[in-house]
Amino acid sequence: MAQTPAVEIQNVSFRYGSHQALDDVSLSIARGEIFVFLGPNGSGKTTLFRLLSTLIPPQQGTIRILGHSVTEESLQVRRQIGVVFQAASVDGKLSVWENLRHQGWLYGLSGAHLRERIEEMLQQLGLAERRDQAVEKLSGGLRRRVELAKGLLHRPRVLLMDEPSTGLDPAARSDLWNYLERIRRQQQVTVVMTTHLLEEAEKADRLAILDRGRLVALDTPGALRSQIGGDIVSLQCEDPQQVARIIEEKLQLTPAVIDHTVRLEHPQGHRLVSELAPLVQEYVRSITVGKPTLEDVFIQRTGHRFWAAEPTQQDPAQQEAPA
Amino acid sequence: MNDPASVPAVESGPEAGTASGWLAAWSLGLREWLRFVRQRNRVVGSLGQPLLFWLFFGEGFRETFQLPQGGQQVPFREFFFPGVLVLILLFTAIFVTISIIEDRREGFLQAVLVSPVPNWALVLGKLVGGTAIALVGALVFLLLGLTLNLQPGLWGLVGTVVFLFVSGLSLTGMGFILAWRMDSTQGYHAVMSVVLFPMWLLSGAFFPPPPGVLGYLMLVNPMTYAVGGVRRMLYWNAPQLAAASGDPPLWLCWAVTLGFCAAMIALGAWVSRSRTQGDLR
Repeated sequence: MAQTPAVEIQNVSFRYGSHQALDDVSLSIARGEIFVFLGPNGSGKTTLFRLLSTLIPPQQGTIRILGHSVTEESLQVRRQIGVVFQAASVDGKLSVWENLRHQGWLYGLSGAHLRERIEEMLQQLGLAERRDQAVEKLSGGLRRRVELAKGLLHRPRVLLMDEPSTGLDPAARSDLWNYLERIRRQQQVTVVMTTHLLEEAEKADRLAILDRGRLVALDTPGALRSQIGGDIVSLQCEDPQQVARIIEEKLQLTPAVIDHTVRLEHPQGHRLVSELAPLVQEYVRSITVGKPTLEDVFIQRTGHRFWAAEPTQQDPAQQEAPA
Repeated sequence: MNDPASVPAVESGPEAGTASGWLAAWSLGLREWLRFVRQRNRVVGSLGQPLLFWLFFGEGFRETFQLPQGGQQVPFREFFFPGVLVLILLFTAIFVTISIIEDRREGFLQAVLVSPVPNWALVLGKLVGGTAIALVGALVFLLLGLTLNLQPGLWGLVGTVVFLFVSGLSLTGMGFILAWRMDSTQGYHAVMSVVLFPMWLLSGAFFPPPPGVLGYLMLVNPMTYAVGGVRRMLYWNAPQLAAASGDPPLWLCWAVTLGFCAAMIALGAWVSRSRTQGDLR
């Protein structure tokens, strides 16, 4: 019998008042995948995370985790998922050990078995020396490790993480990814995380790109990039409309204009540049040629820049909260 | 994070057992304790103010306070004593339940809400943990009763402790219900000033029920029955002194307090099922 997927999301929509946070999202995540929801702030990924974590029920559509409905069988779901929120869920007044013991008790672990599990997590996450320290005295990076230890203590089959890299320096981020790879390999844990960092999404097995509540792309990072033909040529200029017109007329190409950039996909970027340069050199500040990135995928699918999709630089949750 | 080689490969599978509500409740209650004892200012705050109230008002009204009905008189210090015990319960209940707002803001509560813990365990842990803290404070204060002419006897003393526990549970429950849907501690402070504290003022802690509107208000105030019950228990061996204070009969105090307590727990369990704006932070 085929295994049920780790996560199945079908036609899920969610509104906060008049704000449509999620709009008919459907996708499925296989067991053992490291899956990333990528999107700018306000894209709906945090809302989706809340629905997956059973914090709030979906208004429309269904979500099943390991075959169990998050609304009707939330208890079965909760036992099998580990949740790492973006905000700290540890109690700063309690020690690392006490926080983990508390978490274990919430999940029905106790006695010698719980002590063993805590020891194991402390060792794995390099927290053994800190066990008796109050969490509020730890650095941000160490606190995130305690969060991770909490989320993994009961050996969840699916680990859900909301923006886990927030507040981590690059070295700690790399440690985190190594660790996630390891638990996936050794314990077949499915890892589902949200991020607004393009470089982080590159490391996923598969990713879903969300924009304004809609699912705009779903594939492996490589496949998504390869859907863009060849190279990306970008021209920075003051009057992009005029430059685009010139390119359309003289070269019969259809460039995209985004902010002050004229953007072209072309199988051989460097050749295009040699054709372009004489035509537009008086109007452009710079011409760059590059291999497509996930940002290019985002631009291609949405018609706007990744960061431009952010209305303001606020806390993402506030933007997704009801008006 | 350590060397991957040091980690044994483990057969996958969640280990969360049938989540024991009792264990979870114990854990949440224990946490209240640990937090309380680690924050000295909270210990001082919840006991200090009632103690000062008792000393200052007791001394201030010493000459002027007089019970009606021309019955047996008790000094204000003594009349006020059960009210201060209930005030300790009330203050602790406020301190304990205001942390719900902080827990939600900081994220601790969300982690509990997505764990396989039944709602009743969340409510029970918070309420019993908080009440235990309140009770210890009240018992310490009760020792000061040795300086008064209270006559509880053994049974009255046991009854007082039980009564304080039930009252503490209902006040913590009331605080829980108020705090659950609030997003700011400022809002809670406002409710404390215009609802909780006036309830205590009109509980028979300060003065016996006067004739008129105020007397009726006191009749419908559940805290009146908490203060009245404690006072009657403390005068177990001298019921005429309690009667002079105009408190409701003991059976009524028990009935109202137990009913109020049950209602607060049930309502607490019910509201805790709702999600608030604060959960979406």
